[in-house]
Amino acid sequence: MKRLSEKMREIAAPLIAVGVIAVAWEVAVIATGVSPLLLPRPTAIGQTMWMNSEMLLSATVQTAIAALSGFAIATTLGIIGGSVIAAVPVLRRSIYPLATIVQMVPLVAVAPLFVIWLGFGLPTAIAASAVVAVFPVLAATIDGLRSVDHGLREIFALAGASTWTRWRKLDLPASIPAIMTGLRIAAGLSVIGAIVGEFVSGYGGAHAPLGIVVMTAMREARTDLVFGAVALSAIVGFVLFGVVSIVGWLLVNRWHASGQSEMEIRR
Amino acid sequence: MSDKPAVVCEGLSCTLPSGVQALRDVSFRLQAGGLTAIIGPSGCGKTTLLRIAAGLARATSGRIQFLRRDGSADPIRAGHLAVCFQDARLLPWRKVVDNVALPLELAGVGRRERVARAEAVIHAAGLDGAQSRLPAQLSGGMRMRVALARALVTDPTVLLLDEPCSSVDEFTRMQLDEEILRVWQDSGATTMLVTHSVSEAVFLADEIVIMRRARVHSIHRVALDRASRDRTSHAFSQEVELVMRSLAVAAGVVVP
Ligand SMILES: Nc1ncnc2c1ncn2[C@@H]1O[C@H](COP(=O)(O)OP(=O)(O)O)[C@@H](O)[C@H]1O
Ligand SMILES: [Mg+2]
Repeated sequence: MKRLSEKMREIAAPLIAVGVIAVAWEVAVIATGVSPLLLPRPTAIGQTMWMNSEMLLSATVQTAIAALSGFAIATTLGIIGGSVIAAVPVLRRSIYPLATIVQMVPLVAVAPLFVIWLGFGLPTAIAASAVVAVFPVLAATIDGLRSVDHGLREIFALAGASTWTRWRKLDLPASIPAIMTGLRIAAGLSVIGAIVGEFVSGYGGAHAPLGIVVMTAMREARTDLVFGAVALSAIVGFVLFGVVSIVGWLLVNRWHASGQSEMEIRR
Repeated sequence: MSDKPAVVCEGLSCTLPSGVQALRDVSFRLQAGGLTAIIGPSGCGKTTLLRIAAGLARATSGRIQFLRRDGSADPIRAGHLAVCFQDARLLPWRKVVDNVALPLELAGVGRRERVARAEAVIHAAGLDGAQSRLPAQLSGGMRMRVALARALVTDPTVLLLDEPCSSVDEFTRMQLDEEILRVWQDSGATTMLVTHSVSEAVFLADEIVIMRRARVHSIHRVALDRASRDRTSHAFSQEVELVMRSLAVAAGVVVP
């Protein structure tokens, strides 16, 4: 598993960069004497986060639930929808270009519609999250399925396999690398979608999500708390992205010749 | 061996969608249970011929028929005809044993039986010990063996091999040829072997169909009996020379 630890290091490198930037930020704020209302020091943000840890933790959990649910729905719908569209030429020519256009509608403008349809609270955040995250999964699935090796398809044709069997045993597994690329993009988008959904539909109180914490803190001019909540939402996205990357890597790595040299050297 | 059909190809022509005429009036017969080699330059239509035989492409005119011993036509069902393509075409996420067992899996054979049958052909193809490796962990020659084993696992009555040795070195090719010979003798399948190599054709085939420019140029019956196909013998090199001459005539580099 040497390659896995390499992957870990790949993920650790940006974390170190974040640390360096935080130090530079701290020094710069102290040196210039900028008002903490405009730009609080990282240590001050950390302190605020610590003091409000219980509230922030609960908010993070709320947002994570929304983002994760949105991501799960986007993954399911994206893969199923993409498979249907890729399999039916008429849909590929009609729905797919349409989806490309719909995808360009700014979500922030549409989010209030979800409030009308789904009311205030978690369902709207989930819906907003799913809606922004679904397109990259759909597009990646279609791309993946369309580039499945024709020669491999002939192996299934010779055996008289049905379309459904071929989808399960060839098309889907062969598309996993492409789908994983879509899922990595969707991971980040699902958090953005959840926060936007919370902006328009969330409510305060014991179960306030991060989107609401940000809005409330902004109104109360608590810049440090805004930064804290934003940092936590970034962490939710980062963790989701990381998990998807690792799962994808574990699934796909062994197929490729790149894994071969190492395995043969070890032998 | 009596259940193996003869393959009769009559006046086969094929114009590809691109307008290229890949086959022109091709006729020949694969003897029931025999091994026929098809030899010819790249682009002369060998793969197209094999694809039509396998039902993966359509002829523009003419036909290929599978005939039983009593002369009745035998509609070839999945599993009775197997193809080993020029490239190995393995599923990269499947272990060797699961790649080999794939045709059985698609035919609905249960897990235990298909693994047992796959292991038997893996052994016959000289792949012992490679069962649980992934394709990326195999050499080119081993991958072709896996493809060959997969073609054999359903115990087909017609076997179509498209340059199975084109991507491997001469050394591996000779070993693979021994494997093909053994496998063909064991199964008795009516076999069509597309190749570039004259010595391979002489070593393996009963008959050699020489193709050129989408047509059959000539058909050569190999005069050596099976027992005396020793690559190092004088008779063998003489036979190779004879076929070489036919090839040179087909290529237009010598006058007959
Ligand atoms: N998919 C294709 N599209 C267009 N032309 C093709 C295709 N496949 C083969 N051809 C052409 O058909 C002819 C015969 O090809 P092929 O049967 O592959 O020859 P061989 O196997 O003898 O090398 C060649 O001229 C080749 O360029
Ligand atoms: Mg060819």
